[in-house]
Amino acid sequence: MRKENKLVKWIMISICALFLFVMLVLPLGYIIYTSLSDGVKSFISSVTDEYTIKAMKLTIITTLWAVGINTVFGLCASWCLTRFDFKGKKVISALIDLPLTISPVIAGLVFLLTYGRQSVLYPLLEKFGISIIFAVPGVIIATIFVTFPYISREIIPVLNSIGTDEEEAAALMGMNGFEIFRKITFPHIRWAFLFGVVLCSARAMGEFGAVSVLSGHLKGLTNTLPLHVEMLYQGYDFTGAFAVSSLLILMAVVILILRNILEKK
Amino acid sequence: MKKLYGVLKAVTCFVFIMCVAVVSSGCSVNKKDYIINVSYDPTRELYENYNSLFEKHWKEKTGESIEIIQSHGGSGKQALEVANGLEADVVTLALEQDIQAIADAGMIDDGFTDEFPDESAPYTSTIVFLVRSGNPKNISDWGDILKDDVGVITPNPKTSGGARWNYLAAWYYFESQGQSEDEIIESMRKLYENVLVLDSGARASTTSFVENGQGDVLIAWENEAFLSMLEYPGEYEVVVPSTSILCQPTVAVVDEMVKKHGTENVAEEYLDYLYSDEAQKLEAENYYRPVNKDIAEKYVIQEDERVIKEVPEDGRWMVNDIELTDIEHFGGWKETTRKHFGDNGFFDRIYE
Repeated sequence: MRKENKLVKWIMISICALFLFVMLVLPLGYIIYTSLSDGVKSFISSVTDEYTIKAMKLTIITTLWAVGINTVFGLCASWCLTRFDFKGKKVISALIDLPLTISPVIAGLVFLLTYGRQSVLYPLLEKFGISIIFAVPGVIIATIFVTFPYISREIIPVLNSIGTDEEEAAALMGMNGFEIFRKITFPHIRWAFLFGVVLCSARAMGEFGAVSVLSGHLKGLTNTLPLHVEMLYQGYDFTGAFAVSSLLILMAVVILILRNILEKK
Repeated sequence: MKKLYGVLKAVTCFVFIMCVAVVSSGCSVNKKDYIINVSYDPTRELYENYNSLFEKHWKEKTGESIEIIQSHGGSGKQALEVANGLEADVVTLALEQDIQAIADAGMIDDGFTDEFPDESAPYTSTIVFLVRSGNPKNISDWGDILKDDVGVITPNPKTSGGARWNYLAAWYYFESQGQSEDEIIESMRKLYENVLVLDSGARASTTSFVENGQGDVLIAWENEAFLSMLEYPGEYEVVVPSTSILCQPTVAVVDEMVKKHGTENVAEEYLDYLYSDEAQKLEAENYYRPVNKDIAEKYVIQEDERVIKEVPEDGRWMVNDIELTDIEHFGGWKETTRKHFGDNGFFDRIYE
């Protein structure tokens, strides 16, 4: 009996390890290997290429916007949903999760139809000289859309579990809303919140589908890193594509490490 | 009540940030020291070279610096994005019909094919085959790719301009063999039964064939085929069929957008300069057929050869001994699109 258990254990472990190796380690390792196959010099020149740097800047800017706005939205939403009772609460709660289940391409198309040239809103935007679609705001909006559940989804369970007792006590003692949030609520949700931020930035950096629909693929203008990788790949620059990919992988690994640190807290 | 106040504050904050975001990025777009060229898939290398040539030319001519921003993708998809508000100053697409779609959206004035010489097509191309080295399946003409054991790669004519030219070139071959319409459809069905991957754009098809090793023959733009040979010396051969089609990638200024951006002059000059001797040479060096006959002459291959095993060192790559049909033969793009590529058109019947 004991022996059998051990056998099962080892079979399970090797299936797991094999799966991870085939699905993850091998391809990722291969990418890094290919990106270095033309020598470190060409790796560095692809990574420091003018358009790569522009794409990286845009990716970082987009991520910052997405995280910033989703932070505000995430805190508001989770506060509303856990501290107030109102009609349609369930609906809002479900709507927040929508981006997780909806295909990013559809998300992109929705914005394209809403703010694109064929939309009724377009003349209005035109009048104020605002361009959203096929410009940086479009990229940012698409990214915000696909990432907005991440922060609130992390906070809501924590807020639910701590209940409202402490906050009510603080309110009775005369604290105002902001003080309650800062001194009572936030310390409880701090780690969950940071965890959400980390997940949100990881998703924002890697977003491809929705951004691809809304960016117009303007080289050096609206190309984010994932789009830049695709462009390099289709331009026969495989070393470049893999070099930029490994850059993205590196950013992902950093985020993974951050996540593990936070998870322990 | 106080809690609600906090929430309200946060919401105001959020709205404010959103406004700043949209306005600030919106404004930066309006400052114009660049123009946007929305092009189709295989022109990446051509326009990379041409843009630096043009930037130099513009600097010499006006003393101003200009930057050209490129966008590439399947021709039909690119046209749709422009019609949806992608702020292209010029479009250099795979076929007239795609530009017509932008004109139909009211962004390009009618008569764009008369705006520049040669029906606004500064360079032309044709459709050829790219096969693996040694031509293992012995492909020399359109008839050979109908054989059962031949895997064909061509993009989807619904989304790709190049694919439409491929389709029409094949159609013309069967027609020139004296086949009736039903027979042609049968032949075409056989051809598309052999298609292994129907990608959305010409470049994606090339990647499927070259990088992923799919199929025995790639039906491709001539320039795309030569480019693959250049990238992978000794691995591929170009086979020029006996008949093909004269592809005229049309260029146009997007009138609505240049008015908005104040870039009429530079956009006009950008397309006009494509006809200059320097640019025509550059196009020929990138394996497009320049419309300037004198310049084209210098790139015509010397020997009587239909299979090109490596990129000729003397730069003479152009096989002129092909019977080329053109879109007029099919009754123009409007008619062709309706008849062949529209809903329930011939292509829908061929590829089910």
